[in-house]
Amino acid sequence: MTAFENNIDITEDLIAEHGLSADEYQRVLDIMGRTPTLTELGIFSVMWSEHCSYKSSRLHLKKLPTEAPWVICGPGENAGIIDIGDGQAAIFKMESHNHPSYIEPYQGAATGVGGILRDVFTMGARPVANMNALRFGEPEHPKTRHLLSGVVEGIGGYGNCVGVPTVGGETNFHPSYNGNILVNAMTVGLADADNIFYCAAAGVGNPVVYVGSKTGRDGIHGATMASAEFTEDSEEKRPTVQVGDPFTEKLLIEACLELMQKDAIVAIQDMGAAGLTSSSVEMASKGDVGFELNLNNVPQREEHMTPYEMMLSESQERMLMVLKPGHEGEAEAIFRKWDLDFAVIGEITDTGNLTLTFDGDVVADIPVAPLTDLAPEYDRPWVPSEPKADIKAEDVAAPADLGDALLKMMGSPHLASRKWIWEQYDHMVMGDTIQRPGGDAAMVRVHGTEKGLAISTDCTPRYCYADPVQGGRQAVAETWRNITATGATPLAITNCLNFGNPERPEIMGQFVECLKGMGEACIALDYPVVSGNVSLYNETNGTGIHPTPAIGGVGLIADTSKMTTIAPKAEGEVLVLIGGGQGHLGASLYLDIIESREDGGAPEVDLDKERHYGDFVREQILGSKVSACHDISDGGLLVALTEMSLASSIGFDIDLGDNLPIHAAAFGEDQARYILSVTAAHAEQIVKDAQDENIPASILGKTQGTDLIVKGQMNIPLQQVLDLHRNWMPEYMRAEHSA
Amino acid sequence: MKSAVIVFPASNCDRDMAVALEKITGQAPQMVWHQESELPDVDLVALPGGFSYGDYLRCGAMAARSHIMKAIVDHGNQGKYVFGVCNGFQVLTETGLLPGALMRNRNLKFICKDVTLKVENNDSVFTRQYQHGQLINIPIAHHDGNYFADADTLKRLEDNNQIAVRYVDHNGEATKAANPNGSQHNIAGILNKKGNVLGMMPHPERLIEDALGGTDGRGFFESLMHSLN
Amino acid sequence: MKARVHVTLKNGVLDPQGKAIEHALTALGFEGVNDVRQGKFIELDLAETDKDAARAAVEKMCKSLLANTVIENYSIDID
Repeated sequence: MTAFENNIDITEDLIAEHGLSADEYQRVLDIMGRTPTLTELGIFSVMWSEHCSYKSSRLHLKKLPTEAPWVICGPGENAGIIDIGDGQAAIFKMESHNHPSYIEPYQGAATGVGGILRDVFTMGARPVANMNALRFGEPEHPKTRHLLSGVVEGIGGYGNCVGVPTVGGETNFHPSYNGNILVNAMTVGLADADNIFYCAAAGVGNPVVYVGSKTGRDGIHGATMASAEFTEDSEEKRPTVQVGDPFTEKLLIEACLELMQKDAIVAIQDMGAAGLTSSSVEMASKGDVGFELNLNNVPQREEHMTPYEMMLSESQERMLMVLKPGHEGEAEAIFRKWDLDFAVIGEITDTGNLTLTFDGDVVADIPVAPLTDLAPEYDRPWVPSEPKADIKAEDVAAPADLGDALLKMMGSPHLASRKWIWEQYDHMVMGDTIQRPGGDAAMVRVHGTEKGLAISTDCTPRYCYADPVQGGRQAVAETWRNITATGATPLAITNCLNFGNPERPEIMGQFVECLKGMGEACIALDYPVVSGNVSLYNETNGTGIHPTPAIGGVGLIADTSKMTTIAPKAEGEVLVLIGGGQGHLGASLYLDIIESREDGGAPEVDLDKERHYGDFVREQILGSKVSACHDISDGGLLVALTEMSLASSIGFDIDLGDNLPIHAAAFGEDQARYILSVTAAHAEQIVKDAQDENIPASILGKTQGTDLIVKGQMNIPLQQVLDLHRNWMPEYMRAEHSA
Repeated sequence: MKSAVIVFPASNCDRDMAVALEKITGQAPQMVWHQESELPDVDLVALPGGFSYGDYLRCGAMAARSHIMKAIVDHGNQGKYVFGVCNGFQVLTETGLLPGALMRNRNLKFICKDVTLKVENNDSVFTRQYQHGQLINIPIAHHDGNYFADADTLKRLEDNNQIAVRYVDHNGEATKAANPNGSQHNIAGILNKKGNVLGMMPHPERLIEDALGGTDGRGFFESLMHSLN
Repeated sequence: MKARVHVTLKNGVLDPQGKAIEHALTALGFEGVNDVRQGKFIELDLAETDKDAARAAVEKMCKSLLANTVIENYSIDID
């Protein structure tokens, strides 16, 4: 079968099957100066897929702010890196695994976790926390239970086994995800700032080494699948889904980190989407060198694999490295100790080409620079989103009973407890989880220090749909607030930009405008983007998802003993509202849950206020004046207060006044707001200090007893809320097998 | 107190165990790779939690057949101390140092949460610092913690006071609702007959400081330190 | 020579996975499923050519690793 692939006719059908347009194929011909071989066509196809080339999004991504004095490495590498002092760095990224998770939820989600872990430890970091952002269709949809159950099990199955705690995340349900769920996984790792590894290859003659699992036929063309819209027969694509092996991943983490303590590695890159192709091209391209690989030396799991299959395989748990000359033995011993494959498969050349040989024949010889530099980039046409009409609180019916409305909201799929999910994740392994799931942000201690990393993933897709600019701002601002509410200083974000088909101008418009809002927020909050990922074509039969730019924020607190949670510590604490509000009900959960309406504009995100109010709140926390703090987001003030009660098992007695209609005061979703629970001794002073700084602040009432009391409006037992809040998801999932 | 923590491929609570031992006993344990055939001179061998060999085949099955286990079985049979937590408990049952087996949780899910335990036997080197019948909160994090043994074995365990800790409710009752994984007799941890080997599914090493949510796990390590120093 | 090993839970040992499958099948409308027991199937490719010797070897493998005889039974097919 000597290089029989070289003799395959490159027909129009074959080109189309590889997702290349006529123009793109012409560009291939121009670069190659001849007809490509099948292997070469496969390589162009994956490298120029949306997933690898970001061809629809690149132009706009360039506009995001990516710099700050504490940023060590921004977008473009495997993950972003920030300085957290004392010679330490935090390395993190979030990535989507949407399409594979819809087709096979367990493996799709599991390999999503595996992939993002590799992005982080590739750079020399020990992963210390996993997070996720999940979106499913409406609970009533027949597939939702199965998908939720499989995804959660997959995330747990992988993360638990590798021993990295999954410390939090968010989960939404909405019909727009019925045919396209979103599974976005984030990993945060810790490294020494002077021992970070990058992917740029260097040194002609240096060995190129393959380590990890063997290569099989898994997921061939996964990267192009991830860039294609779903049709009803996509479910037949099941065989291309990769299978994860967290056991091997754990060994790979330990082996790589062990080798990284030696002076042996020039460059290292994980084999993610498009496996051996993208890793070798990336390394060669960044280092301006050529690669010559002998594919016969690639460790193979199946017989008779062709060069095409090896280059496109997405088998998991594999890495590519360039070693310093003479270090092969030392490296091999480490990988053998961990029972992993180790093979020298080629070397660096000065040709600038990616040259592949198999059975003595050259099966591909592609100049790397044009393969990457001349990758298509589109300025796709876009139209701004129509602003949605604003809704006045007076035009929304007040609830017949405030308590009933609150109970209905807290027991709804949107606000019900996610405990059923996070109890399936080992969120404590590694012994540094000092803020467990369920609060504003998760917190992991930097091992052996007093420092802590606060992590939060957020996005409010209904705002992004109503107003992409405000929605983009809000997604960034909410992570910033959540981190601030723990006392940590937000430092940088990663993102997963999940949108529909960018070839439709209105979808492209959502993308462009969400990015605009995000960029504005990043600048105003000094909170740059250091890594991220784009997932487009989240559409089924022409219906796109709500625009969902999921944001993962990371912050730092120098002294974890000052950290706050959302749980007040005692009865009789004073509840202080920081921030003003007009009772914004457009695109709110109240409207959705109580009135079954999804219309109205998104709340305005005033970034100056966000910054100003948030900095004030953090100052109070670090000044040890605050016992608990919660930002106000989904569901508004009364929901936030109720969440604080649920966390502490202490009720409250508050007065919402009569400036606004009661439902607007209770459930309006105005931004830049926090609730502080403080001892009586500090309350007056905090309100005065806030007002001196022109920050609206008022005393709502106090923590007390086991009932939730709003003066003149509501008096319900906390236990009643707790039961509804806690039981929705377990009861919903109990029907899993009877659906 | 001299101790060793055994590291299998994909052990993942080895560091947590080492941190707890060092923090509480003041002496760092030696980390011993599974391919070693001899143990260092130690009083206590700790088998940590994790997913040794990916939990493939059966939890703990392959780790139980690794090189170092022969030395550990000898160590245990000589009356020296062995402490297995979570995957370590599974390994101990697979080697036969402890009776029974740990099966898939009743609800088939991985469960990570704090549970209430009752200290049933406080007359061992592992549990002396607790009161008899004391209720403590310790996290579990496992997929296969459903303790099974035949009726004779269970009777022996009960008669010999080998049940160290049991899952109970806030009133100390071993109810079905308080049993997170379906274990027979709500068993969370057992001693061997001589009392020198303890295996338990809950993770005491995870609750040894207030910052992590409590200190109820310290007692196991303090007991060992007081007994063995 | 191929050896096929079936590992099943002993009678009397609760099989939560089997119970879940049984429940799901009933929910899907399959009637008359009285009991479901889940087990493992392990296929071994052996160099040994003598059937009896192969069986003896696999028997040993089952006892020492493939099955946990506290809770599991096994059966061996050789061909």
